[in-house]
Amino acid sequence: MSVETTAVEGIEPGGVYLPRPPLSEEEVRAAVQSAITRRGGAAADPVEMREALIPILSEVNQTLGYLPPEAFVEVGRQLRMPVSQLFSVASFYQMLSTKPRGRHIIQFCESAPCHVVGGRQVWTALQEALKLGPGETSSDGKWTLQTTSCIGICAVGPVLVVDADIYGNVTPAQVTEILAKYQ
Amino acid sequence: MKAVRALVLVSNDPDSLARGAQEVYRRIQDEVKAFGLQDEVSVTMVADIGRHDAVPMVMVYPEAVVYGPVKPDDARTLVEEHLYKGRVAPGLMAPAREMTGRIAWLSARKGTLPAEQRIVLERAGIIDPDDIEDYIAHDGYLALGKALTEMKPADVIEEIARSGLRGRGGAGFPTGTKMRMVARENKAKKYVICNADESEPGTFKDRLILEGDPHSIIEAMLLAGYAVGADEGFVYVRGEYVLAQTRLKKAIAQAEEMGFLGQDIFGSGFNFKLHIHSGAGAYVCGEETALIESIEGKRGEPRPRPPYPTQVGLWGKPTLVNNVETLANLPPIIRNGAAWFKQFGTPNSAGTKVYTILGNVNMTGLIEVPMGITLREVISIYAKGMRDGRAFKLAQTGGSSGSIIPAVLQDTPMDFDSYAKAGVSLGSGALLICNEDTCVVDLAKVLMNFFKSESCGRCGPCRIGTDRAYQILDHISQGVGKLSDLNDLDTLANGLNQFSNCGLGQTAAVPIRDMLKYFRAEVEAHIKLKVCPAGACAMSGIASRR
Ligand SMILES: Cc1cc2nc3c(=O)[nH]c(=O)nc-3n(C[C@H](O)[C@H](O)[C@H](O)COP(=O)(O)O)c2cc1C
Ligand code: SF4
Ligand code: FES
Ligand code: FES
Repeated sequence: MSVETTAVEGIEPGGVYLPRPPLSEEEVRAAVQSAITRRGGAAADPVEMREALIPILSEVNQTLGYLPPEAFVEVGRQLRMPVSQLFSVASFYQMLSTKPRGRHIIQFCESAPCHVVGGRQVWTALQEALKLGPGETSSDGKWTLQTTSCIGICAVGPVLVVDADIYGNVTPAQVTEILAKYQ
Repeated sequence: MKAVRALVLVSNDPDSLARGAQEVYRRIQDEVKAFGLQDEVSVTMVADIGRHDAVPMVMVYPEAVVYGPVKPDDARTLVEEHLYKGRVAPGLMAPAREMTGRIAWLSARKGTLPAEQRIVLERAGIIDPDDIEDYIAHDGYLALGKALTEMKPADVIEEIARSGLRGRGGAGFPTGTKMRMVARENKAKKYVICNADESEPGTFKDRLILEGDPHSIIEAMLLAGYAVGADEGFVYVRGEYVLAQTRLKKAIAQAEEMGFLGQDIFGSGFNFKLHIHSGAGAYVCGEETALIESIEGKRGEPRPRPPYPTQVGLWGKPTLVNNVETLANLPPIIRNGAAWFKQFGTPNSAGTKVYTILGNVNMTGLIEVPMGITLREVISIYAKGMRDGRAFKLAQTGGSSGSIIPAVLQDTPMDFDSYAKAGVSLGSGALLICNEDTCVVDLAKVLMNFFKSESCGRCGPCRIGTDRAYQILDHISQGVGKLSDLNDLDTLANGLNQFSNCGLGQTAAVPIRDMLKYFRAEVEAHIKLKVCPAGACAMSGIASRR
């Protein structure tokens, strides 16, 4: 195999992590605490705190793998914001997840530039290999299959992302080979 | 998390192997370890680098510099210069020659391709982006010095206005005019925002500017802030762009340390604080009012306009929002003058445009060329022709502001006015070039799926209209469409265009209209004859999985 299946620098696709549920209360609290402290602590200027909200949620999401309900409670308590409001903000952004997902996240780019250079065939092969549809998680908790819009490396489309590894110029035949690399 | 910064490819075709490629590969690996770069640099052997004229060849990404023939003893220079110090090692470079496609070739050298003109990407790939001194040595912060010492804020704005610079974020709004609007607001607090949310499908120009030349954006933000009277700025960077964020963060720290950012810059009394704000995955946040909502820690739903951000922006204050590529033009314009800038491009669209070339062509990648070249030139010169000698059918110009451009328009100059006159749009600068295997129904379906998934759902015409239009297109593509569907699509397009709150919904109408305007016969074939002339569609009549 050539160039195609190697990491591309500089891009980190959304929501990439290895979730480790169940999370303990201490773990959640520590993650929230560290994210808030890094941004000046809960006593910071309210405007700055508000500007820091999404970065804080992103960091917690990255540390914990997703945003469990306890994380919202803790962020809300510290920043004095209603949990419902936090949840409404988080649910808007694709890189913030309110649900635990599989051990490996596969993201398939479904935008036009990848589509016209063979993306459609790769997508079919991928769904068949995993026996999953978009947004589904396998019953053994190994895979979550997601579609994504363009992640800006279409010069090597079709593009497929597993966790933090980006594969370009993917052919349908390579799909099983790529999947086999993951435990 | 391991983030690979550079990718080194060593050719291992039989010819290269016979000439010591294996040893070159091994020595490069050793040197990478010796410089402690093993976690950042990935070294791989590949069968086909795209050319075979100076083997063994070594190609280094992301700049795609090609070295060759490389001898084992060259490994140290190559790793030290290119990977450790971050500059191209000219002595080892292979003679300039185009490649046979298949790989993205982001040309690192000015003038590599005929008529390419680099203004915003002038330094990308040439300087070390992590080194402010390298930037300064290449005319960096010269424009800032000139503005702060020789020019009043109004002079800066007038210079930009005279240059004819227009926004590169999609709409082509005159930048000088926007600056005047913010400058005339009589408020103590104002903001400038750099829109680096770049998520238009097929577009990655802003990423390469940020990664390759982060200080140019800092300098541009300073100029913009000085011009409009703002003392605080944000660069809103797409969440996935980690390397761009890392480099920018480092650049900001260096600029602060050297006094380019901070209080009383150059003793001028001008203060400026610059923040980076990372997005969290939402295409619509590229829309300027949604972006502002997002910085304020809210759902990124576009605001109703008016009022425009120039009056009521971030935290209710007058705010200048500009695209990365637009901003990157400010320092060269201030440095060289408006007249210099106007020599490039066309009378009504001055300067250059960065395009990403994609699709069924021999060479995909990125170019910066003067405004006004044609699609035919792009395809034949820069893309090295259609792949496998197939015929060009259409191009899609990317993102919410793009159009479907039929082959009959391939001689229309690509500038704002000529395209507007022809009823099409340059979009974000992505050029997705398609051959006859691309079915227009299928393409429109993919584009509509994008709008449908990215609609923020705030207003009905957009939320319901994109979904409904997708269903209809899906039916047509399955061979179960009706002729009345075409009228329905037309009605939906009108509704989207007229009643949507923001540009996303408004421009979701464009693919439908372009499809019906230029390719009606092909669409009707799907309905009347139940065939897909391009042969791309299953025409199975079975509801698809999505
Ligand atoms: C749905 C939508 C997405 C957009 N995405 C971007 C984007 O990613 N980057 C950008 O610069 N402009 C984007 N824009 C345009 C911005 O709203 C705004 O016009 C632009 O940043 C202004 O900068 P300019 O005058 O320099 O072009 C988008 C607009 C819409 C409606
Ligand atoms: S047009 Fe669409 S994306 Fe824009 S505000 Fe309305 S629902 Fe949201
Ligand atoms: S379209 Fe797939 S990465 Fe851009
Ligand atoms: S409709 Fe699918 S390709 Fe024609």
